Amino acid sequence: MNGTTDRRGARGGRRAVITGIGVVAPGAVGTKEYWSLLSAGRTATRGITLFDPAGFRSRVAAEVDFHPEDHGLGPQDVRRMDRAVQFAVVAAAEAMADAGLAPGEADPHRTGVTIGSGVGATMALDREYRVVSDGGRLDAVDHAYAVPHLYDYFVPSSFAAEVAWSVGAEGPTTVVSTGCTSGLDSVGYATGLIREGAADVMVAGAAAAPISPITVACFDAIRATTARNDDPEHASRPFDRTRDGFVLGEGAAIFVIEEYERARRRGAFLRAEIAGFATRSNAYHMTGLRADGREMAEAITRALAEARIAPEAVDYVNAHGSGTRQNDRHETAAFKRSLGAHAYRTPVSSVKSMIGHSLGAIGSLEIAASVLALAHDVVPPTANLHEADPECDLDYVPLEAREHRTDTVLTVGSGFGGFQSAMVLRSAA
Amino acid sequence: MTAAVVTGVAVAAPNGLGTDAYWRATRAGTGGIRPIRKFDTSRYPVTLAGEVPDFRPEDHLPSRLLPQTDHMTRLALVAADQALADAGVDPGARDPFSMGVVTASSSGGFEFGERELRNLWSKGGQYVSAYQSFAWFYAVNTGQISIRNGMRGPCGVVVSDQAGGLDALAQARRLIRGGTRLVVSGGVDGSICSWGLVAQMAGGRLSTATDPDRAYLPFDAAAAGHVPGEGGALLVLEDADSARDRGARTYGEIAGYAATFDPKPGTGREPGLRRAIELALDDAGGTAADVDLVFADAAAVPELDRIEADALTAVFGPRGVPVTAPKTMTGRLLSGAAPLDVVTALLALADGVVPPTVNVTPLPGYGLDLVVGAPRPARLETVLVLARGHGGFNSALVVRRAGA
Repeated sequence: MNGTTDRRGARGGRRAVITGIGVVAPGAVGTKEYWSLLSAGRTATRGITLFDPAGFRSRVAAEVDFHPEDHGLGPQDVRRMDRAVQFAVVAAAEAMADAGLAPGEADPHRTGVTIGSGVGATMALDREYRVVSDGGRLDAVDHAYAVPHLYDYFVPSSFAAEVAWSVGAEGPTTVVSTGCTSGLDSVGYATGLIREGAADVMVAGAAAAPISPITVACFDAIRATTARNDDPEHASRPFDRTRDGFVLGEGAAIFVIEEYERARRRGAFLRAEIAGFATRSNAYHMTGLRADGREMAEAITRALAEARIAPEAVDYVNAHGSGTRQNDRHETAAFKRSLGAHAYRTPVSSVKSMIGHSLGAIGSLEIAASVLALAHDVVPPTANLHEADPECDLDYVPLEAREHRTDTVLTVGSGFGGFQSAMVLRSAA
Repeated sequence: MTAAVVTGVAVAAPNGLGTDAYWRATRAGTGGIRPIRKFDTSRYPVTLAGEVPDFRPEDHLPSRLLPQTDHMTRLALVAADQALADAGVDPGARDPFSMGVVTASSSGGFEFGERELRNLWSKGGQYVSAYQSFAWFYAVNTGQISIRNGMRGPCGVVVSDQAGGLDALAQARRLIRGGTRLVVSGGVDGSICSWGLVAQMAGGRLSTATDPDRAYLPFDAAAAGHVPGEGGALLVLEDADSARDRGARTYGEIAGYAATFDPKPGTGREPGLRRAIELALDDAGGTAADVDLVFADAAAVPELDRIEADALTAVFGPRGVPVTAPKTMTGRLLSGAAPLDVVTALLALADGVVPPTVNVTPLPGYGLDLVVGAPRPARLETVLVLARGHGGFNSALVVRRAGA
C-alpha cells in the first residue's frame, strides 16, 4: 500500500502533509488540552455566557474560555480583530511552533494562508451594528459611531490577512467561505495550492466565533438548534433518538501544511498526509438535505479515489454528526452508499457531541481530531449517545473513546448552501 | 494540461444591465456613477455610487425566491441564467455532477443582513427572518446558483476583498483541470445600503466628491478615493475539448494566474503586485512582451496608484503597455469588479478595441500609457487583469484569445 509510487500521491506529483497543529476549542485551548477533552468524552456545552440569552429559544452553546492577553494579544489587537480572528492567530502561532517554524523562517514568497470562515466577523458586526443604529433606533446608521476597523469586519478576508501577517506569509492568501464546510474546504484549497506548486508551505485552517444574538436568532427561526436549555451539558446528541438540533460552538484549528519532500528534508515530524479531498453540492435546498446522501457519497468516493484507497481501508470516519434529525440520517445514508458493508464495521463518531458545531471552523477542528486519532490510535467518542435513532444504525462509538488501530481517517462535512465535502487523512510518519 | 476556456458571459453593471448594454456604454465611455437613489444619504459624507439600473427581479425570478434573496443574489441568479444562455448550455441536459459553481464574495447579502439586524435590535430576536441563516452569508450566491441550475459538482466560495474575483476564476480553472466539465464563476456583489456604506467608509478609501465625473480618478493628480458600486459578471468556463466538441463559441482562455500577499506594513519589503504579475505571466507560459493590454486595479489612492504604476513599469518598462481602467465608469464593485474586468477584456479581444479610462488626466510621473478619452483600436491577443484587496491581496490573471 505504501510503495514509492503510492507515496508520490494521487497525480504522481507533489503531496501535502500536515506538520503542525494549533487548536482553540471549547473547553480546550491548545492541542494537548483538546485531545484530553475528546479522549475523555467530556462535553464543553453550557448555558450561553457571552451575552444574555433570555428570550431566545436556544440558550445553549459550546464556548471557549479565552483570554487574549494570555496569548500575547494587546488591547489594539483585540480592538482590531474579531474574536474569531483572535482564535485564528493564537492557533496559527501554536501550529507554527508545533511545526518547528519561526515566523518568516519559511520563504515568505512560497508560504500562503487560507482561512475558512462561514459567517465572518458576525460577533463584531452584531456588536457594532447595535452601536451605529443606537440599539436599532436609527434606520440610517450613524457613521460617527463606526469603529475604524469596521471594514475588516465587513469583509472577512481580514481573517487571512491577520494570519498572514502573524506568520510572515506573502504567498497566495485567501478566505474560503462555504458555510459549514469552510473548515474542510479551506484545507482542501491549501492542499491544491501545494500540489500545483503555487506554494510550499500553507498555514491553513478555519476560525469561528458566531455566538452572538443575530446567529442565535437566525437558527431559532428555523429551529435548527437545540432547545434543551435545562440540560446544556447533554444538549449535543448526534445520532441519539432524543436529539433536537445542534449546539452552536466556536473556536479555531490551524495547520501548517507542507510539500512532502520539503518537510521530510528539514526533518519535520509528519503528522498526517492529506491524501484525498473532494466536494460536491446537492443543488437541492439552501438548508435541506435529500435523504439519500448521494452527493456526500460522491464526495467520499472521489476523495477515496484520489487517495487511491478502497473503502475497506478507512479505519475511522469522523462524521459531520451535527445532531439535527435530517443530517444524521443523511450522512448515515451517505456512508452506506459510499463505503458499502464497511460502513457497518468502521467506527464513526461526532466530536460535535463535545464541542458543538462551530459552523465554518468545525471542519478544521474535526481534521485536528482526526489527525490526533491517527497519532494515538484512539477514536474519540460520540458523547451523549444513549439510544441511537433506529435509522442511524452504524457503530457511532457511544460515550467512551476506543483504542483502535487508525492509519486512515475519513472526515466529512455538510452545510447550508448544499456543500458536501470529504477528506482522507493518513499516517505519514 | 486541460485549457479552461470561456464560452459564456453575463454582466450586471452600473452603466449597463446585460452584456450588450454594458459593452455599448463602456465602448462609448458612458459612466453609471450617480447620486445614490436607494436610500437617503443626506447625513453621510459619501453620496455617490454605481447602482445597477433598471433591474426588475420579478421579471426574471420566481416569486418564491424573492423573499429569501438579497439584491446582489438576485442579480447573480439572473446573470448566471444569461451566462449559460450565452454559452448555449442547457444545464438540465447535462450530468449534474459535471458542473460546478465558484463565486467570490466580499460582504455577502449585507443589505438583507442589515434589515434583519434592525429587526433584531429594534423589535427582538423572534422578528428575525427564517431566511437570515443563509440569505446573507458569503456562500449564498454559489449555493443559489447551484440549486437553480442543478449543478452538483464541486462548488466553492472565496473571499479576498476585491482580489477575490480573480481567485474565484482561478479556482474554477483548477476544477476544470481536475475534470469538472463546466463551472459558472465570477462575482456579483454590492452593499449599497446604509450599513454597507458606513462599513465601506470605515475603510477610509471612499471618495467624498459630489460630481460623478470628478469622484473616481485613479492615476490622476486629484485621486482621492473611489466610488463604491454593485454588480459584476459571471462567466461559463469549460474545458477546451468539450467546448470544441460541441462547437461552442469561445471568448478566450484563462491562460495564467497568480496571487500574492503584501508584506506586513512597516517591514519595508516590496509589495507583492509585481511578483503576482510575473508569476501569472510565467503560469501562462509567456513573457511581458506578449501582453497587449493591462486592466489596472486603479485604487485611486495615491500611495496605491504609485505601487501599481511601479509594478507595471518594473515589468513592462515605462509606458511599455497600454493600461486601462473602465471601472472609472462603474465604481469599484467589491468582488464583482475583477470578473467584470475579465469579461471586458474578452469583449475587447473580440472587437479589437480598448475601452477607455474616463475622466482621468494621468499624472506623467506614473509612467503609464493610460488609455483615456476615446476607445483605442488595437490588435489584442493577450490581456492581463489585476485586482487588489484591502489588507494586501494581489491577484493577476491572463486571458488569451482562444487558440492563440
